[in-house]
Amino acid sequence: MSAASQACLDEGFQELDRRIVVAAQSGLPLDPRPYHRLAAELGVAPERVMERINAMLADGRIRRIGVVPNHYRLGYVANGMSVWDVADESIGELGRAVGQLDFVSHCYHRPRQLPDWPYNLFAMVHGRSREEVEALVARIADLLGERQRQHAILFSTRILKKTGLRLGG
Amino acid sequence: MDALDRRIINELQGGFPVCEYPYREVAERLGCTETELITRIGGMLDDGLLTRFGPLFHAEHMGGALSLCAMSVPQDRFEAVAATVNDFPEVAHNYQRDHAMNMWFVLATETRAAQQVAIDGIEARTGLQVFNLPKLEEFYVGLHFEV
Repeated sequence: MSAASQACLDEGFQELDRRIVVAAQSGLPLDPRPYHRLAAELGVAPERVMERINAMLADGRIRRIGVVPNHYRLGYVANGMSVWDVADESIGELGRAVGQLDFVSHCYHRPRQLPDWPYNLFAMVHGRSREEVEALVARIADLLGERQRQHAILFSTRILKKTGLRLGG
Repeated sequence: MDALDRRIINELQGGFPVCEYPYREVAERLGCTETELITRIGGMLDDGLLTRFGPLFHAEHMGGALSLCAMSVPQDRFEAVAATVNDFPEVAHNYQRDHAMNMWFVLATETRAAQQVAIDGIEARTGLQVFNLPKLEEFYVGLHFEV
């Protein structure tokens, strides 16, 4: 295949992938054949839709297909963003170690904003109470030991806005 | 929420098949019928026990830009500033947190340039500094809530 026709094909895939995302972002159809239903809406073969979804799963554009429970309704009412000041040169190792803890839902390296914000490692912790979250954060502190210089827990006190992340059609 | 709902939630946090009859395949694993599974998922979505069911997209890999931003808002202006910030369609989530840095929001835009435009707009309309804390590296995302 020539480079030009490969590029043309890639562009066609990108366009179809985007249409699939837009069609599926509000949810997978609750139909016995959900991918066939999406394919019918998009006017393409069901095999193409499944192939493109598998491709997006493989390259990480789709993290997974499944349910997102409302953690408040499941009793996980305390949500603490724990933030840590660790040496930049060891953040990769420490971030991976913290991210592996089973009670950490998100773990990121973010920039400091000195002097207002000295923390560079963020780990979100959910629990059934503030006390439970504080106990879990103490386990992170134990794991990091002297490699963390200071830390804080920012509990959420109110959701001010929550909408899904959406791509435009 | 009964035992079957719990098993559905636990099972479907792990993944969902891509095939002609995916509900049937999952229902067989759970020991219920395809119709029952579909009805239960729909019921839990309507009820708000589930916030979503379907493919979960990775915004940056899809070509979009996300960032976490923080502001330190004076208490007596908090409600007005929250309304101003929420008015921006680029603001996907916004949380109040108990810290001097008391407002935390996620900006979701199609490009980095649009992200900066939104930040500039929020600073101009509130007169407050926005601290932009885009992720530099992701170590882990995903949580399994065992129920």
